[in-house]
Amino acid sequence: MPDFRWQSIGGAAVFVMIACGVSAAGEIWISNEKDDTLSVIDEATLEVVRTIEVGERPRGITFAKDYSVLYVCASDSDAVQVIDPDTGKILHELPSGEDPEQFVLHPDNRHLYIANEDDAITTVVDVQTRKVVAQIDVGIEPEGMAVSPNGKFAITTSETTNMAHWIDTKTQEIVANTLVDQRPRHAEFTHDGSELWVSSEIGGTISVFDAATQAEKGKIEFAIKGVHPDRVQPVGFEMTSDGKYVFVALGPANHIAVVDQKTYKVLDYLLVGRRVWHMAFNEDESRLFTTNGVSGDVTVIDVENLEPVKTIKVGRFPWGAAYRPDK
Amino acid sequence: MFPNRLKSVLFTILAIVPVLFSQVSVAAGEDLMVTIGYLEQVVPRPPVLSNLEEVPEDQGIAGVQLGIADNNTTGKFLKQNYTLQTRLVGEDEELLAAARALLGQSRLIVANMPAESLLAVADLPEADGAILINASATDGFLRNQECRANLLHAIPSRAMLADALSQFAVRKRWKDWVLIEGAHPGDQAFAAAIERSAAKYTIDIKARKTWEFDADVRRSAASEVPLFVQDFPDHDLLVIADELGDFGRYFLYHGWLPRPVAGSEGLRPDTWSAAVEQHGAAQLQSRFQKHADRPMRSVDYAAWVAARTIGEAVTRTNSSDADVLRSYILSGEFELAAFKGRKLSYRSWNGQLRQPIPLSHPRAVVALAPIEGFLHQHNEMDTLGLDKPESDCKAFGG
Repeated sequence: MPDFRWQSIGGAAVFVMIACGVSAAGEIWISNEKDDTLSVIDEATLEVVRTIEVGERPRGITFAKDYSVLYVCASDSDAVQVIDPDTGKILHELPSGEDPEQFVLHPDNRHLYIANEDDAITTVVDVQTRKVVAQIDVGIEPEGMAVSPNGKFAITTSETTNMAHWIDTKTQEIVANTLVDQRPRHAEFTHDGSELWVSSEIGGTISVFDAATQAEKGKIEFAIKGVHPDRVQPVGFEMTSDGKYVFVALGPANHIAVVDQKTYKVLDYLLVGRRVWHMAFNEDESRLFTTNGVSGDVTVIDVENLEPVKTIKVGRFPWGAAYRPDK
Repeated sequence: MFPNRLKSVLFTILAIVPVLFSQVSVAAGEDLMVTIGYLEQVVPRPPVLSNLEEVPEDQGIAGVQLGIADNNTTGKFLKQNYTLQTRLVGEDEELLAAARALLGQSRLIVANMPAESLLAVADLPEADGAILINASATDGFLRNQECRANLLHAIPSRAMLADALSQFAVRKRWKDWVLIEGAHPGDQAFAAAIERSAAKYTIDIKARKTWEFDADVRRSAASEVPLFVQDFPDHDLLVIADELGDFGRYFLYHGWLPRPVAGSEGLRPDTWSAAVEQHGAAQLQSRFQKHADRPMRSVDYAAWVAARTIGEAVTRTNSSDADVLRSYILSGEFELAAFKGRKLSYRSWNGQLRQPIPLSHPRAVVALAPIEGFLHQHNEMDTLGLDKPESDCKAFGG
């Protein structure tokens, strides 16, 4: 981390942070699906410092690009809530369509692409005008949402249709559909935008597509000794921005797989809490925070050493995770 | 950067699976039309004492309708179009005529009828080379000596249900049972499956009795039931085989000894129950509720999963030909996500859909079989029901 960040921080605080091996004290925000709350973890102390009440069944969470507001999918309240991260107050709600589960914010910082799980629809909302811009028919039980770094494509994956739908963000129309294995749950573009990765929970695989041609480039399988293959279920995953690793949550297998972003080889499996679901990096990607749904905690992983270093108790059924840097 | 660990040996197993199969073409061209038939023989049910719940008239068909709707949601992105043709009949003669007519329109049939009728339909010359998927008959002989090459089973057998209960009981160390069965043939078949399963899992059935009380036990359960069970030896679990739901419900809380009840009452092994909510099942439950205005039942689930089986095979093969679909469904390639937490597939030796079995009471799922710890050399789900080495089915080339 560049030194200028430290100049404004007192000596004692710097000592604490060095001791923790962390270079800035940001926050990790966790949505607790079965508590209707968010837990805010202090990056330096690795403790929950705030618990914030939100709407019913919060799942997907993401910050605005300038971190001024947090968007929360309150699934059972049928709304996306906009929250002031400083005060924890709900500022207003956005129309979201029914049962919003997961969403992604377009690089224009203005359009939210929201998966409406019960209605087989992707809703596009303008966060400035607070109006629905488009609703796009997708497959059954849409969940995974991604957007290409150049903003050209938004992706919705649908769980029972087993597809990634490629949405042209100019026309808000589907331009391609690619089949994947059973029950796709999450999608991400590589940081350079050249590939789309899609995890299939029941299929037990990740499919990798060429973003330009939508052709399948490869498929990644997982195997953990002592865990039945049917229980190795890839769900959420995140990629490091240096193009090195992909960290894949394996659900009830209670492990995170570390995958080489270039060769697609699985490099390691890290034991975390029960039913690991989603995750977020801190700012310099030195640490990864995973949500463990069944055990109700967050595992902190040291990315350099590929080691779990701490478990933090949060609310019931933690689902989403989002990082907010120190101001 | 990675320490040399034993684990690294494992990593070499994994990696990239080459893309062996080209994707289904999403390109232009005519829509692929797929007609799925639904054939039901409406059999009058014997009366039961309680008036509390009725068997819905659309049981089965509501499931297949939802499955077709799901197939079409997927199909519209692949230019595949599914339609449903239905025939509901009463008497045996009508059934075969209706079956012939339906087989003339579709080679892919979801069937909801008793075992003997299923065999009569499967043995029609017109059914040769078709795919019939059984959505309701749980009889073991359909998967064994009387299996048919054109007959697949989406509904579990009684043996699978009984094995699910046995595994749970072994896990709990409730290995001394007493068994009460009703007088209906289905009750006796279920009791026989329970006895077979108990032997397989070294459970001791210490006593077995038939309930033949023909007065209204609703008003006299408090006096009649303790008397009926009083001479049972001590046991961990009182198991009831009462498939119609006639008398079993009056045994709960009326026992001589305070013992849990399972089987057709209390803790039930089922294909599906309203209490199933994990693994995304809440979504299927709510879609079905919206569609049929009632909770999903086991036969609905089996009919839904039958329609989805055909849909999934069509999606992956881009064909509506029964031969192509049958080969794919019975191949190692086929897998179906169906809200039970594991990929479902068909047993190649008898056409039975392997699937987890929830054990539940009306308010919650207690366990999902196969129970952890029951291992199998190929697939843990094959610890439930008739496994390949025990199978007398020859129609699948086994």
